[in-house]
Amino acid sequence: MTNLAPTALRQALKNCPRSSLARGALRNAPATGRISQRTYVSETKPAQATVNVEQAIRAEQKSFMQQTGKRPQDFTVPGVSADAMMSPAAGILKQATVMDEGTRPIYLDMQATTPLDPRVLDAMLPFMTGQYGNPHSRTHAYGWETEAAVEEARKHIADLVGADPKEIIFTSGATESNNMSIKGVMRFFGRSGKKKHMITCQTEHKCVLDSARHLQDEGYEVTYLPVDKNGIVNLEELEAAMRPETALVSIMAVNNEIGVVQPLHEIGRLCRSKKIFFHTDAAQAVGKIPVDVNAMNIDLMSISGHKIYGPKGIGACYVRRRPRVRLDPLITGGGQERGLRSGTLAPPLSIGMGEAARICKEDMAYDSKRITALSKRLKDGLLSMEHTHLNGDPTRHYPGCVNVSFAYVEGESLLMALKDIALSSGSACTSASLEPSYVLRALGNSDEDAHSSIRFGIGRFTTEAEIDYVLKAVRERVNFLRELSPLWEMVQEGIDLKTIEWSAH
Amino acid sequence: MAAIQGDLAFQARSLFRSLLRQSNQFASYNFREYAKRRTKDAFREHQKDTDERVRQELLQKGLRELQVLKRQTVISQFYQLDRLVVEGGKTGKQKGQSGDIFRQKDQGWD
Repeated sequence: MTNLAPTALRQALKNCPRSSLARGALRNAPATGRISQRTYVSETKPAQATVNVEQAIRAEQKSFMQQTGKRPQDFTVPGVSADAMMSPAAGILKQATVMDEGTRPIYLDMQATTPLDPRVLDAMLPFMTGQYGNPHSRTHAYGWETEAAVEEARKHIADLVGADPKEIIFTSGATESNNMSIKGVMRFFGRSGKKKHMITCQTEHKCVLDSARHLQDEGYEVTYLPVDKNGIVNLEELEAAMRPETALVSIMAVNNEIGVVQPLHEIGRLCRSKKIFFHTDAAQAVGKIPVDVNAMNIDLMSISGHKIYGPKGIGACYVRRRPRVRLDPLITGGGQERGLRSGTLAPPLSIGMGEAARICKEDMAYDSKRITALSKRLKDGLLSMEHTHLNGDPTRHYPGCVNVSFAYVEGESLLMALKDIALSSGSACTSASLEPSYVLRALGNSDEDAHSSIRFGIGRFTTEAEIDYVLKAVRERVNFLRELSPLWEMVQEGIDLKTIEWSAH
Repeated sequence: MAAIQGDLAFQARSLFRSLLRQSNQFASYNFREYAKRRTKDAFREHQKDTDERVRQELLQKGLRELQVLKRQTVISQFYQLDRLVVEGGKTGKQKGQSGDIFRQKDQGWD
């Protein structure tokens, strides 16, 4: 293919001899006045025979600047990538440096994890470099300064949830806190043999459900409460499930997949009246919605560091002191953290989490106002498309989590089509499998519905431009995928899909 | 008193400008936009504050934030990543103007 054009040209020239006829035609041409004299070679001058390299480069740069028409503006990031295009040397390599828009996807999966706030990193760095003391060392200044900082972090976390600093136990994350609370309380109270029953609900996080399953293997009884169509636990069913031998109720505060907020006040009051301990997994709630352990009668609560713009690998567990909650520790040893979680603390992580909690408390009104506005924009845009619906209760809902079902589109294929946006169809723990989300199944959604849902997470650092980009991209690609789908064609023709009898089934 | 007040207003303006200038240095798009937006919103929120003590405290807080920004922008520039798909600017694609940047693609002829 590449050699075709020159060969054809050569062939044509060979077949066309300079006949007198052709020459005559050429010579006659000026008479018609159309073609005047033609020169095929540019004028020869000695100056044009030599190439001045510097001049050539300068000319090239000049034409390049004219072509781009854009000079560096307010943007002075002294990095390679940012200014490379405008640097003189790079001007020559214009094809290599003129880039399209960036390639890194937008992050919209704030339920999986959140970026580390620069202010948090700033608080952590001294303890990662110079102040490396062990907070449990009581004999020297290295230990004292670290301990003081860790205790201040503990105070910030306690302030965020309205607790006493002594009631906050640092753990490795919300999963450990959940395991510690559920297994610890049940094993402590099950030992006497009287209280061997706990209640949890079907839409809980995997780590709560798995802890409960392990307890079942050990001979404990567990009730898995169903949820209503909107994802909220029915209080009457909860009360009916309570027995005299019930030791613990574990209901999550904000669901990680659909973002519904459970009625913590009512559940707490109910549990307190029956003398049952109330554990809540508030990893998605703390720092985002107001949580007060005393007003809500919460006895145990799990908090995660990396969901509140803190570092990963740190979490906290609130364990009430009055009335005292006794529990069997999972990890035993040196007796740190009231003996509930032995092992040396991680000071940089704890301090980072404390700082993150402080910022969350300080900025909660500002952040939630902004997240609500962005969420409304996203929700309105997505729901204005046809055949889409929001999963979960629309009012008792944390706005930062928008879970939408796009009918007649495969969720996973949509995620693949939306490569430029970091999204997920459910919790990160189960995103490796293609199974439909068990949370959406528990709401009573069909398999197809659960398959076609996508979760959008909005956080502190999300911008309007990103939301607009996402709306545009989703609209385009959902339409594209639907055009491919034969089901969509049928729907457009007005055929009810439920009436079709599939031959293969 | 008026002199002091004028002085305070001047300080506030200067702080605002340096915060914005420093915010612009974040290599990460999300942090850059957040820092600019937060600065503007915080100054707007306290625009009407007249209490001398409160204003002094806010100024001190702003100065602390400025120090944090200075350290963190440097760190963020050390670990630059690729740009986000929403980011325009210098390396972005210009649309609809004359002298546009467009990617030259090889379409098969050599």
